[in-house]
Amino acid sequence: MAEKKSVAELKAIASQVRRDIVRMVHSCQSGHPGGSLGCTDFFVALYFHEMNHDPKFNMDAKGEDLFFLSNGHISPVFYSVLAHSGYFPVKELATFRKINSRLQGHPATHEHLPGIRIASGSLGQGMSVAIGAAEAKRLNKDDSFVYVLMGDGEQQEGQVWEAAMYAPNHKLDHLIATIDWNGQQIDGPTAKINDLRDLRAKYEAFGWEVIESNGNDMEGILAALQKAKSLAGKGKPVMNLMKTEMGAGVDFMMGSHKWHGVAPNDEQLAEALGQLEETLGDY
Amino acid sequence: MTKFEILGKNDTRSGFGVGLLEAGQQNPNVVALCADLIGSLKMDAFIKEFPERFFQVGIAEANMMGIAAGLTIGGKIPFTGTFANFSTGRVYDQIRQSIAYSGKNVKICASHAGVTLGEDGATHQILEDIGMMKMLPGMTVINPCDYNQTRQATVAIAKYEGPVYLRFGRPKVPIFIKEDMPFVIGKALKLVEGNDVSIFATGHLVWEAVLAEEILREKGISAEIINIHTIKPLDEKAILDSVAKTGCAVSAEEHQMNGGLGDSIAQTLATHSPLPQEYVAVKDSFGESGVPEQLMEKYGLNAAHIVEAALKAIDRKRKK
Ligand SMILES: Cc1ncc(C[n+]2csc(CCOP(=O)(O)OP(=O)(O)O)c2C)c(N)n1
Ligand SMILES: [Mg+2]
Repeated sequence: MAEKKSVAELKAIASQVRRDIVRMVHSCQSGHPGGSLGCTDFFVALYFHEMNHDPKFNMDAKGEDLFFLSNGHISPVFYSVLAHSGYFPVKELATFRKINSRLQGHPATHEHLPGIRIASGSLGQGMSVAIGAAEAKRLNKDDSFVYVLMGDGEQQEGQVWEAAMYAPNHKLDHLIATIDWNGQQIDGPTAKINDLRDLRAKYEAFGWEVIESNGNDMEGILAALQKAKSLAGKGKPVMNLMKTEMGAGVDFMMGSHKWHGVAPNDEQLAEALGQLEETLGDY
Repeated sequence: MTKFEILGKNDTRSGFGVGLLEAGQQNPNVVALCADLIGSLKMDAFIKEFPERFFQVGIAEANMMGIAAGLTIGGKIPFTGTFANFSTGRVYDQIRQSIAYSGKNVKICASHAGVTLGEDGATHQILEDIGMMKMLPGMTVINPCDYNQTRQATVAIAKYEGPVYLRFGRPKVPIFIKEDMPFVIGKALKLVEGNDVSIFATGHLVWEAVLAEEILREKGISAEIINIHTIKPLDEKAILDSVAKTGCAVSAEEHQMNGGLGDSIAQTLATHSPLPQEYVAVKDSFGESGVPEQLMEKYGLNAAHIVEAALKAIDRKRKK
């Protein structure tokens, strides 16, 4: 396992990952910067502090923590964090969404990109896969953690609730799920499209241990993940309701759903990069 | 020179958008549903004019299909809108039981079909939808070729009673079907008369077939181009009449070779008039991210591939 980074180091990595995200979507003029930027701090905390994982990459990951991205459209942040963790060369980020690339628009195993264990992109499926992997770990007597991230709009999919019902009933207490609670989806605010209402009450009613956190505050995320781990092993899966700001780190991408899936033009790229310090070197 | 003039360029999904508005204006029973993709499906104009006849269901396609089925009970004509992948594979059993088997008048309108959706990649690029939908008893399957034909098809299906799968796409492509050209569900449209080979194309591949005709003509080959916008029910008569003259066929579609238009044509030929046929289609593979034109080339779906297939079909005919 890689050494745990300090909070200052984590923040520096997050700044570079945000630069990568806007540069990647600008380069192919497609992709999803909003949710990627909003979840950057969480990904960095997971991969550079919380998770026990090996960038040499073994699909079965025995004895390692696992992470599944259910809201696959935020692939830019996933790819950048995997690359900086050492799963594949950082310069490969330049191929994102281009023909013959391993960095598909949505995460895929088909091209064998190290770090990816399941395809995602069609929403609502990731928690079921995470449950399966957690069941496999239990059979293997491996008490590592299984993490899964979902979108809040994604909660509108019925399959999410099939999975939500299963996990507590099967006492999957090494499963730590997080919802990117940014209040936005493609057509507008989730509250207007199909209101999620009281997510805490819903998950508690299904039998989850529920915590809430601020996903754009590094100390807050680390504390929440520590809390989640401390709640593990007590017969219940843990749900981390994580408030984020879509577009976090780039002021003009924040405050609405508009940058869910739009690429910046040249001027917007320059403006965004002006707000994000280059800490590890651009790819 | 191709036999058709390019009248402009637009995406077929925009043809759906204007057609939906028109259908809504013509019939107050036309209603629309969407699963968080209003902009991508170009449904804004309908929603603006008929807000009370629009239902935003959120990211819940299975629920959308069930609600659409229910809306028909009471005489509504629901048009569902989402990407082709989430309109078919995602909700196959909901369509099968609540719409097809129950014989409900739902119009399943599916954008971003095929590899030409581009950068989003294989998770979204469905290439199996025509097959899945045509296998359902009673389902009509239509894949129009340009903006004008998609508008025509959208208006036409509102007037037709029964479940329909309407498939269209994302990229801006040439408009070449004149507004006054006929559109009749189940009736093939002959675009170019020819004697040496029949090219049956659907969707985005129809324009490629028109381009291929020009290249073949320069080689001294006379190709007949037939636009099969309705894959089911298939216009068998048009197909058999054409091959009776040309003696060989090429099918062209942005879909898997397994289960698409080509297989429907092969079935017709095998049962009525066995003749050489070549497929222009995706050969048992998933797509990938990239620019539409690059993907059309890599997956064997452009005019050059149609030309190659036509030459092969003619060669097989001569060797018979
Ligand atoms: C099954 C399915 N339906 C629709 C889509 C299209 N789609 C992609 S992202 C998205 C919105 C997701 O909202 P949310 O989970 O809140 O993610 P955010 O916009 O916050 O990044 C939709 C509808 C999809 N990818 N999968
Ligand atoms: Mg959201």
